[in-house]
Amino acid sequence: MAAAAASAMLDALPAPLLRSLRLKTKQQELLLRVSALALIYVLAFAVRLFSVLRYESMIHEFDPYFNYRTTLYLTEHGYAEFWNWFDSESWYPLGRVVGGTLFPGLMVTAALLHRLLRALSLAVHIREVCVLTAPFFAANTTLVAYAFGREIWDSGAGLVAAALIAVCPGYISRSVAGSYDNEGVAIFALLLTFYLFVRAVNTGSLAWALAAAFGYFYMVSAWGGYVFIINLLPLYVLVLLVTGRYSQRLYVAYNCTYVLGMLLGMQIRFVGFQHVQSGEHMAAMGVFFLLQVFFFLDWVKYMLDDVKLFKSFLRITLTCVISAGTLALGIGTASGYISPWTGRFYSLLDPTYAKDHIPIIASVSEHQPTAWSSFMFDFHILLFLFPAGLYFCFKRLSDATIFIVMYGLTSMYFAGVMVRLILVAAPAVCLISAIAVSATIKNLTTLIRTKSKSPQTTGKVTGSKAAAKGAVDQPLPFQHNAAIALLLGAFYLLSRYAIHCTWVTSEAYSSPSIVLSARGHNGGRVIFDDYREAYYWLRQNTPTDAKIMSWWDYGYQITAMGNRTVIVDNNTWNNTHIATVGRAMSSYEDEAYEIMQSLDVNYVLVVFGGVTGYSSDDINKFLWMVRIGGGVFPVIKEPDYLVNGEYRVDKGASPKMLNCLMYKLCYYRFGELTTEYGKPPGYDRVRGVEIGNKDIKLEYLEEAYTTSNWIVRIYKVKPPKNRS
Amino acid sequence: MPKAAGDAKLLIQSLGKAYAATPTNLKIIDLYVVFAVASALVQVFYMGIVGSFPFNSFLSGVLSCIGTAVLAVCLRIQVNKDNKEFKDLAPERAFADFVLCNLVLHLVIMNFLG
Repeated sequence: MAAAAASAMLDALPAPLLRSLRLKTKQQELLLRVSALALIYVLAFAVRLFSVLRYESMIHEFDPYFNYRTTLYLTEHGYAEFWNWFDSESWYPLGRVVGGTLFPGLMVTAALLHRLLRALSLAVHIREVCVLTAPFFAANTTLVAYAFGREIWDSGAGLVAAALIAVCPGYISRSVAGSYDNEGVAIFALLLTFYLFVRAVNTGSLAWALAAAFGYFYMVSAWGGYVFIINLLPLYVLVLLVTGRYSQRLYVAYNCTYVLGMLLGMQIRFVGFQHVQSGEHMAAMGVFFLLQVFFFLDWVKYMLDDVKLFKSFLRITLTCVISAGTLALGIGTASGYISPWTGRFYSLLDPTYAKDHIPIIASVSEHQPTAWSSFMFDFHILLFLFPAGLYFCFKRLSDATIFIVMYGLTSMYFAGVMVRLILVAAPAVCLISAIAVSATIKNLTTLIRTKSKSPQTTGKVTGSKAAAKGAVDQPLPFQHNAAIALLLGAFYLLSRYAIHCTWVTSEAYSSPSIVLSARGHNGGRVIFDDYREAYYWLRQNTPTDAKIMSWWDYGYQITAMGNRTVIVDNNTWNNTHIATVGRAMSSYEDEAYEIMQSLDVNYVLVVFGGVTGYSSDDINKFLWMVRIGGGVFPVIKEPDYLVNGEYRVDKGASPKMLNCLMYKLCYYRFGELTTEYGKPPGYDRVRGVEIGNKDIKLEYLEEAYTTSNWIVRIYKVKPPKNRS
Repeated sequence: MPKAAGDAKLLIQSLGKAYAATPTNLKIIDLYVVFAVASALVQVFYMGIVGSFPFNSFLSGVLSCIGTAVLAVCLRIQVNKDNKEFKDLAPERAFADFVLCNLVLHLVIMNFLG
């Protein structure tokens, strides 16, 4: 909004204040631009601070707790220990090679920031740095968006892009303060890499290509979504080749970026040799060889002046190259040397794949296809500015605009397949919409400025087209007024966008999910801090070598805050282990006891929302436990837990459901509790029914702790009896 | 067939003649590229005999040769006086970029060599 106003001010009305400072026009423009950017920077940081102001400075959600724990380890033990860390506190009894199975970019960045602040004598705790890393990098992303917009179109579009991306909800959702996750840093790295690469293609300079390779290295170290870059760049090169835009600048840029980027990427242990062995990275290599062929043909054509000779040479070379390429690809794939696309990325091309084959991937709510309402919620007016921007890009096609069009279209396709990927589409949508906004406002303000009919007043901004119009025809009737009306309309839209984004951030994306809040009946806010209460109980009341079994969602939080060993956690790398836990949760108590004995489980933790109405509890997730357990152990059959295909917990539920471990642990002693006025005791507020089995007796477990709002319940596994 | 053979001979002859006319500095760069690619091929051949363990060493060896060859080709493009796109790029700047990229390449290779 500020940027749109700024760029309009540049074109329309010189501010009398600046005139009085006696600055030249260029300096006025520079001052306006710098102050607009500074305000946008502060805005991007400030809008993400809602949860810190409302609750406290803490880490949100599940995954960030693992990142926080590893960052803590890094700052305490140093980089060499971190790189070689084997963690025996998770995935008991298997352990986890942490150094080789994570993306270190985020942790190293936070640790470096922490060290920098310490060097400046600001003694901050690493947790504060972790909480505020994402807003800081979001602010940096706005600067990169400005530079990118300026590269593609002009500085006005850059300012609008920076302003749009500062508040875009699609980006804010994963980068609020407290959301200490890979995406907070990765989107910055993504946009930076793209900007540097487009700059390299535009200038043909090796230095910019080297910078792009380093940007790519940062992206590889930060997030698994780097696969998007390594496939988009070759696709872009291919499109340029096909549309006849091959140039030697492109050759220099792509080759340098690819070779150096690939080498740098292989330094991350988690990525390993995938750049030369995995099917997902083969497109880049194929295009690399294709570019060599193009260059060679170009060179031969330049050397020979005879067209006929060159044509025959072209024919021979092309047939040889294509056959060699397909042969190599065929042998590689058939012999299994080139691994096929992994399930995570294959499900992007075939969205039905995960539901049938890999239930763990299908069960994550972020991996579901996107609904229209999500698009509107996350993008608002950008949704219809996006096609308008595409129109402008096609009007002025250049290497840079082709890139942004491709980035926009591919990322929008993926955003439609998976909700989580709206984040990747957000920068592209903001940039293209910025082009539309900037071009439209420029045209409108130029119309306003053409008061007299002489061609001199039409500045060089709009180019020859407007000058011709001014010189030849009369302006349309009411052109001046219509332009002012449209301009006001555009400002109104942008202000509504800003209001919507702030509202969305405040209401939907600023909840820490580990602390819940609700409105009491007298209007005051009630805070449910049950999760942390339970984890701290674990930390203070259980032996240090206790093993906790829970569903994998809570694993990271238990290890980070409870400091105890867990059986499975959010890394979900071992499906059989998770299926074992799922089987234990869905079996009768005696079978489950055997499984728990085999895993050395001391405590079981379940999450239950029936008292408070909290709907993300384990009973709602239970069917996924059954599916995942049943996927590995066929003794668990999903229809056993359903009645006529319906999932019920009341009297009409199936007997297996009423007596399985999860049901017993969640509803133990719940039958005596009255939860709502006018309802019988044992009324489950989430499912909206009275539970079926009120008289639950536990034989092998005993209740250890239930939090004050019954959200987290911990049970101790009794040791085997002395006499059998 | 004889027509194809005749064509091929004519092709090679005209290529040879045209190539003889290129300036010496470009020929030196071409020689360097040929040398780098030849070393890469030798390494691949050696890997075929001995096996690919440890893979990271093999990759770093081959990629250092390919990488420096590619960078030399980029240098050749930027230094070539007939290239209209790079007319206002000073050859010293091109060479400095080339040296910097090679430095980064070989530092990463040394880290990767194992």
